Amino acid sequence: MAYLQGVYPIVKKELPARHIIDLTVSAPEMAAIARPGQFAHLKAEGLFLRRPISICEIDREKGTLRFVFEIKGEGTRVLSEKRVGDNLDIMGPLGHGFARPEGEIIVVGGGIGVPPMLETAKGYGEKATAILGFRSANAVILTQDFQRQGNRVVLCTDDGTMGFHGFVTQALEQQLQQKKPALICACGPHPMLKGVAQLAQQYGVDCQVSLEERMGCGVGACLVCACRTVKDGQEYLSHVCKDGPVFDSKDVLF
Amino acid sequence: MADLRVKIAGVELKNPVIPASGAYGFGREYECLYPLSELGGISCKGMTLRPQNGNPPPRVAETPAGMLNSVGLQNGGIDHFIKEELPYLEQQDTVIIANVAGHTIEDCVEIAQKLEPTKVDIIELNISCPNVKQGGAAFGTSCSAAEEITRAVRQNTTKPLMVKLSPNVTSITDIAKAVEAAGADAVSLINTLLGMRIDINTRRPILKNNVGGLSGPAVFPVAVRMVWQVANAVNIPVVGMGGIATAEDAVEMMMAGASAVQIGAAIFADPWTPVKVVRGLNDWCDQHGIAKVADLTGTVQPW
Repeated sequence: MAYLQGVYPIVKKELPARHIIDLTVSAPEMAAIARPGQFAHLKAEGLFLRRPISICEIDREKGTLRFVFEIKGEGTRVLSEKRVGDNLDIMGPLGHGFARPEGEIIVVGGGIGVPPMLETAKGYGEKATAILGFRSANAVILTQDFQRQGNRVVLCTDDGTMGFHGFVTQALEQQLQQKKPALICACGPHPMLKGVAQLAQQYGVDCQVSLEERMGCGVGACLVCACRTVKDGQEYLSHVCKDGPVFDSKDVLF
Repeated sequence: MADLRVKIAGVELKNPVIPASGAYGFGREYECLYPLSELGGISCKGMTLRPQNGNPPPRVAETPAGMLNSVGLQNGGIDHFIKEELPYLEQQDTVIIANVAGHTIEDCVEIAQKLEPTKVDIIELNISCPNVKQGGAAFGTSCSAAEEITRAVRQNTTKPLMVKLSPNVTSITDIAKAVEAAGADAVSLINTLLGMRIDINTRRPILKNNVGGLSGPAVFPVAVRMVWQVANAVNIPVVGMGGIATAEDAVEMMMAGASAVQIGAAIFADPWTPVKVVRGLNDWCDQHGIAKVADLTGTVQPW
């Protein structure tokens, strides 16, 4: 395990949708070793625990990391008030990311689970299909970023205000009926991940899911971020920060 | 450059700073930041006789200036510790403290016996975990139970024996005196304070275990008070912990009566905390003309 801890300047900030913050940080040492699906542990001043935020994009040439997150509580609100030029105290990159098999992949993102899928689909061009689901048109983020890197995008909204009217699992099943990818990578709400894992099993496709849990140390020492998994045929509480956040969907007890 | 060496239960530590049990695993997660040899010692994650999974998640809730946890002693068991973790720790040039947290007296005795031939430097008998149904704090909240388990382990180990005390008691000094009488070489305190948070939208406790142990700067004054009381009540060394986050906190804890300090939750906010406290202690001593950090212990001048 190799990670860093340091203070890095914010070089770009955007507000792509309501309650969504898009921060780019100049952190060349971290960008050099980060992998898609990993996360960083960000310090929110005034609060005791760090906040785990998935890495949305890694730019090794510019030496930057991009974080896109939702303002959900105190910690993310404090982070959202950071401005360009401010410093961010970061531990990272942390955890295990997604595999990068040869051939075609499907990435599935639901809501604020979409950001880590951007880096995951990068480099695959049109060999990656990004199935991206949002509540409604006004919550849609990052779809143009996926298109810009050449991915095929299937946009879904729960209320039908943009793209396919329905859940990402429905769109995923349509894709799987046509063609089986080498891997499905997914991040989003727990019920969505469960649905994706079931489809992957049904169609006999490998699948990795990125999980979330309330976290402490971020590196595997404190053991608070337990999640239910199977190990050697028995239920075992793994830890999202160190064993994950990305797990083989067959190992997760949903 | 101050002399940072301290002695606990006959064991010399190169400095008085020890990451606390449960906050630091077995050290592996931090070796990429700094060599573990910079630490006075490492108190390992609490170990039971057999592997156990701990409590269901969520196991952590943030609080003002701290956090609750309800991990429930998830660990790989004593055999795993001896086979997989101890060889690694032996290479780190730091004092190894094994935190023993059996469910029964017999469990603790068996763990102590298994540790006897190993290179573990100190046994820290954990009679204060608030998150397990059997054992744990049940041993640490009655003088007779604390005395009985300490005596049983004492009779089965030649290693220095430190007993980790619970703050969730009416009189921590009485418990401390009981374990001293039973043969403890040192006491460490405080373990976490039992607490609870509720999500007012769902009316559900945030912790799946409903309640958990409070740690972090929020508990620091309570810990200082208890260390002071215990240090005045017993004649064995006291290792102080509870909310220490800075070198100044460590100085305060030592003035209250601690011979060494443990650092827990602060590591989650800043993984460098133990090393910063070591360096800060040295600087503080230099600035205040103190040649030996050990001379700080118990120097508070109460009104």
